[in-house]
Amino acid sequence: MADITLKKVEVVIVGFGWTGAIMAKELTEAGMEVLALERGEYRDTYPDGAYPKTLDELTYIQRSKLFQDMSKSSFTFRHAVSGVAVPYRQIGAFKPGTGVGGAGLHWSGQHWRVLPEELQLKTHYEKRYGKKFIPEGMTIQDFGVSYEELEPHFDFVEKVFGTSGVAYKVKGEVVGAGNFFEPSRSDHYALPPQKVPYTAHLFQKAAAEVGLHPFVAPSSNASGPYTNPYGCQMGPCNFCGYCSGFACYNYSKASPQVNIMPALRQVSNFELRPNCNVLRINLDGSGKKATGVTYVNADGKTVEQPADLVIASTFAYNNAHLFLVSGVGKPYDPVSGEGVVGRNIAYQTMSTVQMFFDPDKNTNPFIGSGGNGVAVDDYNGDNFDHGPLGFVGGSPAWCNPAGVKPIAGIPVPNGTPAWGAGWKKAVKDNYANTVSFDVHGANMVYRDCYVDLDPTYTDQFGQKLLRFTFDWKDNDIKMSRYVTDKMLAVAKAMDPKSIHVSVKNFGDHLDLRNYQTTHWAGGTAMGTDPRTSVLNRYLQSWDVHNVFAVGSSVFPVGIGYNPTGLAAALTYWSAKAIREQYLKDPRPLVAA
Amino acid sequence: MKVIGISPHRRNFLRKAVSAAPAVALLAGAGVGVAASVGPAEAYRPSYFNESEWTTLKALVERLIPPNADGPSALEAGVHEFIDLQMNTPYAYGKLWFMQAPFVPSSPEFGYQFHMAPRDLYRSALAGLNQATQHKLGKVFSALDAAQQDAIIGELEKGTLAIGEVPPATFFGQLLQNTREGYFSDPVHGGNKDMAAWKMINFPGARGDYMDWVEQYGKHYPLPPASIA
Repeated sequence: MADITLKKVEVVIVGFGWTGAIMAKELTEAGMEVLALERGEYRDTYPDGAYPKTLDELTYIQRSKLFQDMSKSSFTFRHAVSGVAVPYRQIGAFKPGTGVGGAGLHWSGQHWRVLPEELQLKTHYEKRYGKKFIPEGMTIQDFGVSYEELEPHFDFVEKVFGTSGVAYKVKGEVVGAGNFFEPSRSDHYALPPQKVPYTAHLFQKAAAEVGLHPFVAPSSNASGPYTNPYGCQMGPCNFCGYCSGFACYNYSKASPQVNIMPALRQVSNFELRPNCNVLRINLDGSGKKATGVTYVNADGKTVEQPADLVIASTFAYNNAHLFLVSGVGKPYDPVSGEGVVGRNIAYQTMSTVQMFFDPDKNTNPFIGSGGNGVAVDDYNGDNFDHGPLGFVGGSPAWCNPAGVKPIAGIPVPNGTPAWGAGWKKAVKDNYANTVSFDVHGANMVYRDCYVDLDPTYTDQFGQKLLRFTFDWKDNDIKMSRYVTDKMLAVAKAMDPKSIHVSVKNFGDHLDLRNYQTTHWAGGTAMGTDPRTSVLNRYLQSWDVHNVFAVGSSVFPVGIGYNPTGLAAALTYWSAKAIREQYLKDPRPLVAA
Repeated sequence: MKVIGISPHRRNFLRKAVSAAPAVALLAGAGVGVAASVGPAEAYRPSYFNESEWTTLKALVERLIPPNADGPSALEAGVHEFIDLQMNTPYAYGKLWFMQAPFVPSSPEFGYQFHMAPRDLYRSALAGLNQATQHKLGKVFSALDAAQQDAIIGELEKGTLAIGEVPPATFFGQLLQNTREGYFSDPVHGGNKDMAAWKMINFPGARGDYMDWVEQYGKHYPLPPASIA
């Protein structure tokens, strides 16, 4: 029983990161009374990102100032269905966010769309390579929405975020030195590309020399002064080198605080309540309709908040947790293969190539901007013939000078000891004389990789933690090794003294110790078939029509690029359906 | 974060000095970015570690980053003082970690699965280390010569020297991580004295503006580091 029951609102939004902020903006524009509940504290560019205090690696990265408070809640992990899961006790492989702005306050700003074939991965691969090409146990499927349908939303997201970049093709005409593999765009990027730092320049030159198609990567770090369609302003990024893990003091990195909240503050039909941790979505007696949510407020009181429409916009996997604890949709069972909530969890593969040069190279790696860099897409998606290769998926590769800070780890050549005089000398010789790039690729989805509720561990409110059952599969390791091997030609073309490659070996397990990427996806997949998806193509629950979910939890497969651009575009796609179809006539928008 | 030995007035002055640093430094060439540890420091008295622990800790970190011409040693950089100060933060009490039982032994890929927070881990491990070296070599760790100390640290790293309840490799990992933090973090946290570790690698710290430097390919960056103090 709730301690407090409040007056009904029209829309309640659970979680206030990028996708929650977008939904709030869209639905208040539609005249709805919108309430956003955020479990974490209130945050803004000032004072949370104030110079110079924000430029503190120890406080922000090592001590996780802006990340989730792991003492209150975490996740558990096991590698196989037969194993016992243990908690993710310290932040390592991924950095969950909390607080107003969510991970959108401390992300990097790498801003990508998606490759058209990744939106229809199953159909595409079956058509090009035959049904037998997809390995047993791989559960790839289509999103149920096409690139053409999403294109206007990708374009608008780039204008809201102030994305810097260079187009290749606009309205069918080749217009610039952008990504040769990108489909035609309806417009240019919001801003021209950022400057290219030295390491990315070396990568660009070497990649071109070996016949690849390098381009300056799209970044939501402003290359110049900018005012977005909401009237929110950004200042040019000055390459301070403190992006990922930090709030940008300079109003240069797109965030919900910089790009959306100033506009939301102007409207009276929006309310944001921080320090409100939603426990569950409440359903009526039929289980087919949500009546609102129950949350715990800052005083520890349980509050029932009735609402007509519930938007789940928590970070990635947390939407699956919210659906599981609320009984929205049928939980997935990996043995029978039935049920959907928690199914198709994906991460991303990652390998890194480091090149070491003589001590006078001066690559000045402290200069950086989170989304900035040079990328190649030659081995991403299906941009290369997979026929003779025997794996599904691909990897973009990029040299992303985001600002190398010394505690996080200074690259040192193979064979360097971890401590002592040898380590010290290597650190001194190499900090300013390395170049590194990442092969940052897709991770397919599998029948036995999923999330459910942990039987043992609970959060601060006594709710069961989300349990991940996940491990790397040969397909993904094969893909990552193939692309990394191809990319070695680029490393060699830079003519370094030595090269260090870190790539997964067959049989390697998911390792939670060192940072990889925060890009989890899935758990409340969208799709065309209620037997394999939680949400329909408009991100509406198949089972409870007044519940929608947004964020990378809706991806039914992993993608090669970073997910923010796609997650944001899909949110606008869903918001359009709510505004134009659902509000007039609340009902299931697709017949099950 | 508590700033040691610096008045609000002084801090305010330093902040202004740091924000003015890029322009001033271009004219003056060097010597602008000022650390919090200016002035002759009084002998540091540990607030958490007892005398035996303090002696052992100092001996350990000084072998992890030994003195030589390449740059400051751990003690010269104040790594030991940094670690002691950290012991009074929520981090050391395990307040940033998920510390709910049960603690189940599991493979290393699952990360930290030990029940102790850093404060307790150091206390247990430092005592256990001295017991182990007494037993093995007849001396506490700090009384061993450098080669013996290095060999013992190597055993901790490999996990082959039992030091009581704390798994040796877990202690080694914790110590190495905190040592690197104390060496390379902003001096406001008590280590990286005079930003000497930053100077060693030419890291400018919190300067935070390289607009004019992005396209100066291969050129040595000439400005000294700046602290957030």
